[in-house]
Amino acid sequence: MAAQDNYNLQQNEGGSVQAETAWKDSPFHVSGLTVAYHHKPVLWNVTYTAPKGELIGIIGPNGAGKSTFLKAALGLIPKLSGETTVFGKPVRKMMDKVAYVPQRNAVDWDFPATAVDVVMMGLYAKVGWFRWLGRRQRQEALKSLEAVGMTAFADRQIGQLSGGQQQRVFLARALAQDADVYLMDEPFAGVDAATEKAIIEVLRTLVKRGKTILVVHHDLESVTQYYSHVLLINGQHIASGPTAEAFTAENLQKAYGGRLASTQLEGLQSSAKEQE
Amino acid sequence: MPSLVDILFLSAGYNTALVCIGAALLGAASGAVGVFVLLRKRTLVSDAISHSTLPGVALAFIVGELFFGVGRSLPVLLVGAALSAGIGVLAVDWIRSHTRLTEDTAIGTVLSTFFALGMVLLTVIQSMSVAGRAGLEGFLLGATSGMTYSEAMIIAIAAVVVGFALLLRIKEFTILCFDEGFAAASGYNVTMLDRTLLLLLLAVVVIGLKTVGLVLIIALAIIPPVAARFWSERVPVVVALSAAIGAVGSYLGAAISASAPDMPTGGIIVLVLFSFFVVSLIGSPVRGLLAAYLRHRRFQGQVHMRQGLLSIAHDEPILEPVTRKLLVKARFMEGDGRVTPTGYAQARVIARDQALWNLYKQEEPDEAATVQEWSLKLIQEVLPPDTVKSLENKLGARVIPVGV
Repeated sequence: MAAQDNYNLQQNEGGSVQAETAWKDSPFHVSGLTVAYHHKPVLWNVTYTAPKGELIGIIGPNGAGKSTFLKAALGLIPKLSGETTVFGKPVRKMMDKVAYVPQRNAVDWDFPATAVDVVMMGLYAKVGWFRWLGRRQRQEALKSLEAVGMTAFADRQIGQLSGGQQQRVFLARALAQDADVYLMDEPFAGVDAATEKAIIEVLRTLVKRGKTILVVHHDLESVTQYYSHVLLINGQHIASGPTAEAFTAENLQKAYGGRLASTQLEGLQSSAKEQE
Repeated sequence: MPSLVDILFLSAGYNTALVCIGAALLGAASGAVGVFVLLRKRTLVSDAISHSTLPGVALAFIVGELFFGVGRSLPVLLVGAALSAGIGVLAVDWIRSHTRLTEDTAIGTVLSTFFALGMVLLTVIQSMSVAGRAGLEGFLLGATSGMTYSEAMIIAIAAVVVGFALLLRIKEFTILCFDEGFAAASGYNVTMLDRTLLLLLLAVVVIGLKTVGLVLIIALAIIPPVAARFWSERVPVVVALSAAIGAVGSYLGAAISASAPDMPTGGIIVLVLFSFFVVSLIGSPVRGLLAAYLRHRRFQGQVHMRQGLLSIAHDEPILEPVTRKLLVKARFMEGDGRVTPTGYAQARVIARDQALWNLYKQEEPDEAATVQEWSLKLIQEVLPPDTVKSLENKLGARVIPVGV
């Protein structure tokens, strides 16, 4: 534990000058986030400044608080302390700039809605009270579905879609929101390879347009291939920065402890080097 | 006594007509509100609300009668009902959020305690020497027989207001019920929306007390949505249908109960609604049991057909009579068991399709497990084009030789 504390101190000292100004321009800045479930801390004093226009992987072992980080930063679940800013302003005033994609199993897919209905939910906030959505919104939603290759399934009841298709619908809904920051909770969990490829391609297009994307990610093998930046957490902030610098064997060892075999770590590190 | 036909066509006097219309509007409002309560999976809350109205009704009567002489006035009683139901809901919410008890436990506790308090207060009222106490029993099981013109008017107007308020927030309630996290991240105040929904439910329950009674009012918020859900997979349609079922059921129920003396209005309305539920449960082509059975038969047929065609493709004997019958019917096979040219052609298509499906299952076991039509329909009818294309590429141009 002592080694870890030391590490955090170094981080704070080294990054302080830069961090003082950087957070105001950051599309997603979280400072001092602490979350507990029934007095058991899940996240402890996590500070992170996301760089603009990058595809950022949030990496850590099971129970490291990756999803909790997103939810608490957005104010979806209670936190003990911490503040989130989007371009320097409190996140609750900037919700229209943020698109959140929950885990697929967070919703009841037997809900009476079609794929296009769900995508249109991404447009609700733009339409005033007492106005149902019309043809124009439907067209907009169909365009988002097309971007994820789901046009043919627009009028299917969502429960009849496969897991990968449901995930694509969720992504299409986020696209319809036309936000600046995309926060995605395990979008690749239980989806097929083609869907994974389709999703990552859409995300890359978004990044090219200057959007910032944070993705809770499970599969260590694909990290270097997908993400330009990473945030490693395990209850605490372990490391963050460009993938080549932060996704190191040393940091992974800190995040995963004994859960990763050393051969696995070497493999990941060498693939990271290749990527450079 | 007016006949049922007279009542149904609103020609049994102004009062009866208004009572029936009021009941219909009440049914529409509670049917519409109930849809979202159902989708939010909080139907039992309405039971907590209805039972917590009783002490409020009784206290309002006592206070109104003793100090102002207006104990029997419906608005006074309804305000009392709303206040104590509000306390009941807050109690449920408080127990749920401040303890580790689940909502159903909280509901059970609050419901029985409030109802007990109400029953004790009713006994107190019976021992008081005040006239007009008889009216309160009507709140338990509902009674429209003695309803006055102004009382029916209050119910009708309140129901319209509730229905209108719901329409105002229908988008917000939809998003709340489907995806709470997304709603919050879109900038909606989820707590406020939940409270608004409960407030509308509370309003429906309170204005329905006189007509349906507190024991049965829960049915008005549950049965129409559940029945309507069988018919559609779209929220706006379910809401419209549920409102319609609630309106027609309540109207018929109120009319029937007005056609004979001492008919319990609440009970009749619930029974009429239940008949709608049964018809929907069995007969709906969308989610009904009969349709599900027919779909299952068709599914079974698809399985037999595919297995038969695969047997042809692999040159295996087809022994099952059902499979043979289906193949003959589709002209893939002659009556004597010889395979027709179209049969061979179709077998080739299916063999290739099955190879793609098998490859898919091999490559993506998790994903394939969630596909409902796995190897029942042609793969391109089920999976997105890019997925099919990558499978095609992997499988290559390999054609399965059939019937050569």
